[in-house]
Amino acid sequence: MIIEKFFNKWIMFFLILIPTCGVIFDEPYFITLATKVVILGIAGIGLNLALGYCGLISLGHAAFFGIGGYITGILSFHALNDEVLFSWPLAVSGSSEMLIIWPIAILVSALFSFIIGLLSLRTSGVYFIMITLAFAQMLYFFSISWPNYGGEDGLSIYMRNSFPMVNTMDPLSFYVISLFWLLFSIFISLRLINSPFGMSFQAIKQNEERVKSVGIETFKVKLLVFVISGTITGLAGSLYTDLNRFVSPTVLDWHTSGEIMVFVILGGMARLYGPLVGAAFFIALEQTLGSYTENWQFWLGLILILVILYARSGILGLFDKKLRHEK
Amino acid sequence: MTLILFFEQLLNGIQFGTMLFLMSAGLTLIFGVMGLINLAHGSFYMIGAFSAALIAALTESFWLALLASLAGAAIAGVLIEIIIIRRLYRRDHLDQVLATFALILLLSEGVRWCFGAFPLYLNIPNVLNGTVPIFDNIIYSKYRLFIIFMGFLIALGLYILITKTRLGIRIRAGQNDRQMISALGVDISKLYTIVFAIGASLAGLAGAMIGAIQSVEVGMGEPILILAFVVIVIGGIGSIKGALVGSILVGVTDTIGRIFLPELLKVFMEPSNATSVGSSIGSMLIYILMALILIIKPSGLFGKS
Repeated sequence: MIIEKFFNKWIMFFLILIPTCGVIFDEPYFITLATKVVILGIAGIGLNLALGYCGLISLGHAAFFGIGGYITGILSFHALNDEVLFSWPLAVSGSSEMLIIWPIAILVSALFSFIIGLLSLRTSGVYFIMITLAFAQMLYFFSISWPNYGGEDGLSIYMRNSFPMVNTMDPLSFYVISLFWLLFSIFISLRLINSPFGMSFQAIKQNEERVKSVGIETFKVKLLVFVISGTITGLAGSLYTDLNRFVSPTVLDWHTSGEIMVFVILGGMARLYGPLVGAAFFIALEQTLGSYTENWQFWLGLILILVILYARSGILGLFDKKLRHEK
Repeated sequence: MTLILFFEQLLNGIQFGTMLFLMSAGLTLIFGVMGLINLAHGSFYMIGAFSAALIAALTESFWLALLASLAGAAIAGVLIEIIIIRRLYRRDHLDQVLATFALILLLSEGVRWCFGAFPLYLNIPNVLNGTVPIFDNIIYSKYRLFIIFMGFLIALGLYILITKTRLGIRIRAGQNDRQMISALGVDISKLYTIVFAIGASLAGLAGAMIGAIQSVEVGMGEPILILAFVVIVIGGIGSIKGALVGSILVGVTDTIGRIFLPELLKVFMEPSNATSVGSSIGSMLIYILMALILIIKPSGLFGKS
């Protein structure tokens, strides 16, 4: 663990170094890529709580990512067109203020993760995997067939939503905003996993029956973890819409669920920084392989299979072991 | 008019259901016997369709193409089982999900590499072109009837295979107790390969038959894969009977819902609103059905609790 902490310091160093290089060499694309890594990292950190620490294999986190994304897109779409969002029972208008959008995105993703969690957690094992997948798929088809917000074509918002006294269109400023949320979600995860509540959900991963037998209502614990997990992923979705200034049904596609899961696994499960490293590796792979071949996903698939068959503990685990041997 | 339309859509639903059955039977069999959750099952659907398109282009025979879809998917299934899947049986569900997800990326891109990104087309043979009258005034596509017929034929075949043959006894034994059957001297890894190949070839056949109505393209297997998951969750994982009932239920609900929900809503809504709301809810209907069934019976209709 000490070695992992040492490695984590390097990760923080890179989080500052990369955008700085971007500014020095005047490569805003670098900063945008780093922002993407940070945002996808947040999504992975969300899933990691449920998947890595509590053993809930959710193949439906795209639902929350997409809900956060669509809430942001819809609110800002209404603000842009100066239309009311709905007029009953209260007249509510859209907004392009991040400080208003974030709480709404958080609330709505929490609500959806509560409902989906309440239904899905009645089951376990393979059923749970398939049901979370099916719920995400349900929202995906809904987003395609609902014509008001672009349907299959998606929704463009043209301008990033605003933050007081900050020019969010500047890549570096938006990076700093995303970085803040990354640190916040890491902080929340850290506090959670070391709390009594955290102990109980990590124990559930190991042996749910035993946790039940000491008098903990495991259903409630799992539901709460699932809600927190979905909410963090939803927040990442909100930032992702702002990054791209565009949201489309792709964010709800089950490939997105798979990819978020891949971040967690590539980096190393149940490691605080794992999903961030996984996301960075994924984006780096996409950029490098993508520049050589159109079929980069073929190689991605191959690498993934090799990692799963032979390097189960992920990238951080690989380093952990290596460093431990050197000592 | 409505009754005729209803009947026609009912048949469409059953036709869709029988194809879902071909997919979900393999999926549920593979899960039941090997305990493997196979996300890459849709890839065999795609491989079957592409094998059929390839052979149809070479020989211009639809029947050879159907055979090719069975063979192509079965060969791919055997190879993939031996190289990759075999190592996953002992792993937990998470590893299986991820490895088969990775397999989808690999196979989809691989097929795109070989065949290009443009969709291919399969032609329906002349015998099955056109329509036939069923009752006095209802006419229906011959090809779709053929699909329904094939679906039920295969369901019957599977029933006989599982209940009457030696292989079927082994499969059922494998479902009940894996260790015991290998202790009794059955070559378990060969049995697994055979079951996987059967599942893959059924998916491949479904791909080829649907490929002739729609188009043959990369990623065609994924929407139907997820529907097949819904089917086996509804029917109960591991149960072929459940897969059959679930498939028909999902196929009919989906088809009827998409057509009639907008019509139904028009009774008490503005037509334009009714169309958009109806079609949105129509596309969600089977998932709502699934949620309802799970609330009542968390292990599916025919699942062991």
